[in-house]
Amino acid sequence: MPVDVIMPQMGESIFEGTITKWLKKPGEHVERDEPLFEISTDKVDAEIPAPAAGVLKEIKINEGQTVPIQTIVAVIDADGGAASAPAPAKPAAAAQPAPTPAPVEAPLHFEPSPPAAAPPPAPAPPARAPGAAAPAPAATRADGEKVRSSPLVRRMAREHGVDLAQVPGTGAGGRVSKRDILAAIEHGVPAAGPAPAPGISSTASAAVSPAPPPASGALYRPALELAVPRERIYFGRYEVQPLSTMRQKIAEHMLASKHVSPHVYSVEEADVSGIVALRNKIKSEFERKYDLKLSYMPFFVRAAIEGLRAFPQMNASLDGTNVVYHKEFNIGMAVALDWGLLVPVIKNAEEKNFLGLQRAINDLADRARTKKLKPEEVAESTFAITNPGVFGGLMGLPVINQPNVGILGLGAVEKRPVVVDDAIAIRSMVYLTLSYDHRVVDGAIAHQFLHKVKSVLEHWTEDIL
Amino acid sequence: MALVTLLEGIRQALFEEMARDPAVVCIGEDIGVYGGAFKVTAGLLERFGWERVIDTPISETAIIGAACGMSYLGLRPVCELQFVDFIACCFNQLTNFVAKSYYLWGAPVPMVVRAPSGGGVHGGPFHSQNPEMYFAHTPGLKIVYPSTAYDAKGLMKSAIRDNNPVLFFEHKFLYRRIKDEIPGGDYTVPLGKAAVRREGRDVSIVTYAAMTHTSMDAAAELAKEGIEAEVLDLRTLMPLDKEAILASVKKTNRLLVVHEDTRFGGIAGEIAALVFERAFDDLDAPVRRVTALDTPVPYSPPLEERFLPQVKDVVTAARELARY
Repeated sequence: MPVDVIMPQMGESIFEGTITKWLKKPGEHVERDEPLFEISTDKVDAEIPAPAAGVLKEIKINEGQTVPIQTIVAVIDADGGAASAPAPAKPAAAAQPAPTPAPVEAPLHFEPSPPAAAPPPAPAPPARAPGAAAPAPAATRADGEKVRSSPLVRRMAREHGVDLAQVPGTGAGGRVSKRDILAAIEHGVPAAGPAPAPGISSTASAAVSPAPPPASGALYRPALELAVPRERIYFGRYEVQPLSTMRQKIAEHMLASKHVSPHVYSVEEADVSGIVALRNKIKSEFERKYDLKLSYMPFFVRAAIEGLRAFPQMNASLDGTNVVYHKEFNIGMAVALDWGLLVPVIKNAEEKNFLGLQRAINDLADRARTKKLKPEEVAESTFAITNPGVFGGLMGLPVINQPNVGILGLGAVEKRPVVVDDAIAIRSMVYLTLSYDHRVVDGAIAHQFLHKVKSVLEHWTEDIL
Repeated sequence: MALVTLLEGIRQALFEEMARDPAVVCIGEDIGVYGGAFKVTAGLLERFGWERVIDTPISETAIIGAACGMSYLGLRPVCELQFVDFIACCFNQLTNFVAKSYYLWGAPVPMVVRAPSGGGVHGGPFHSQNPEMYFAHTPGLKIVYPSTAYDAKGLMKSAIRDNNPVLFFEHKFLYRRIKDEIPGGDYTVPLGKAAVRREGRDVSIVTYAAMTHTSMDAAAELAKEGIEAEVLDLRTLMPLDKEAILASVKKTNRLLVVHEDTRFGGIAGEIAALVFERAFDDLDAPVRRVTALDTPVPYSPPLEERFLPQVKDVVTAARELARY
């Protein structure tokens, strides 16, 4: 009995996902709930379990492709059904040309530009044959934007053989409406078929050799691409790798954050000799008692919460001309991954004791690394902490994690000579950096906040065993 | 032809049907001597006598129960509830006995329950409601909700002659405000047929009862902006004229449903589902709803105005749809 495997909805506001990896090959047996494929969405990366036990019969959507939720991505011949020979993935069935992913998302600038002298031949998306068995991929504009239309418009496009990507939309949000397609049918547009090959901007010449490969990436359409002419990128020997979905998302979010928030940076230094001594003293007992690694992170999270309590402006978001003061202290913590970066959130960190904080920190970090986070666990942070110190960094100036107004950066804890009571002493020191949104927070508040954090760290009183 | 109010249209239908068929009787609170809370039955007692125009105690349950029994014995009772809000008292009898009687026992119940309904008259939460959907949900009941005097008369006659139980909603705001020319002599308006009140090409407004007039006013406003709205008056909710709705949607490709009933569980959701199931490929925009708020009907006139769909609400929604 065939069972469809669908692209799941990983959170309320998520409408599509990219398959990053198939963990099974067609013909392989899979257990129910055994991880079948990995996806990358707007919010998280996750492993998706098989909906049924059986033989993976067919993979319909290949790695690297982005499809709307509920799309059938594979078929499992569930146990108990008639055995049938597994069909291999049909690489040409859906829009999946080799070697670079999805040329339908090629970076053709949408504004009218003089055609390049002779556009280099590039893989064209397969023509959408009417009546093709496979569901046609959603029409995509040359700049990667999905064409928004309506059931009626799509039907009319089918009936008249119109390529929707070529029809300018005048409806809400650039939708192609009935008006638009009627006008297109009347005045004529390019019929559905091979889209024009991805061009390069007019200043680039066809003589550039080798021709720039079409960049991938529907998610992140870099503004830099407009600022940096592409032909200046390709010279000498090089290799091109597509930016992963996660990197595209990071790029998009970081660019947006820098764009929206005027960042200011403040630096403070804390003497954490007391904490270092405390940790050294009780580390083995703590780990034996709770079966949990003891790190410095809960100390810093606790200190940050005390700072946020004292300066609620730091635990806020800006909505237009309103400041939203969050009543919970949800601390996002940056977790470096081999393939990128995630910021899982310790929800209501203010309600946890030291042990609870350490447990949450280890749990979230572990699950971030094993792709087991749920979408809601990377959302609703009210403040964030990042720790470049783990890599030995003296200090870092992080980018604000929107919609927060501040992010605390922790440098490496290391022994430094410092002046104590007019004598030079060796103390364990750490640089604390704070990036903050100057629209909401001024330097005075930021430094008082940092001072509070420093003070908690330097005069630690909380019992941690 | 004389101009006749919606109320008078109903009264004429009752007179004519009672005169035509001796099995037709009226039963309700204060419908005889007093002539009914809204005077719909004024003159019936004098013309047809106390045996056919029956005043009851203040018990809606008694009215429906008695009418159900009369139906079994071959009469065609027309019940009046002073306000349709009190129909809740009769919920068990209507949904479990009246609605299922023919299905279970082969015993038809050719009765009509008529009652003033709807808001806009500052009647507050117990005298302004639109409970039609409780009953539209129950198989076995027909639901009529006219918007014009002509229809009210013709539909009432059809309801009385129908062998199924019919709930006949009389919008009290329209009772004396709506006047039509009504031809003399016998005519009926069939149950289950919607009426196109205004032709248009840009957006379909499907509605009924008082909202028909709100929607017509909105359509006139929209026409000034060059948006031609088609207004479809359902007239009966059960049976629902699905073909008329689908035909209009296939023409305009955009659907706005307007009703005075509250939103959740209102017929707009049902119509939207119908269109998604049967005309998805004809939609150029999502189906939209303009309805009352999901609250009790407020007493306070300004609050009630906010609660009820207004012309500007319909105009705004239709305009957004037309430009979607």
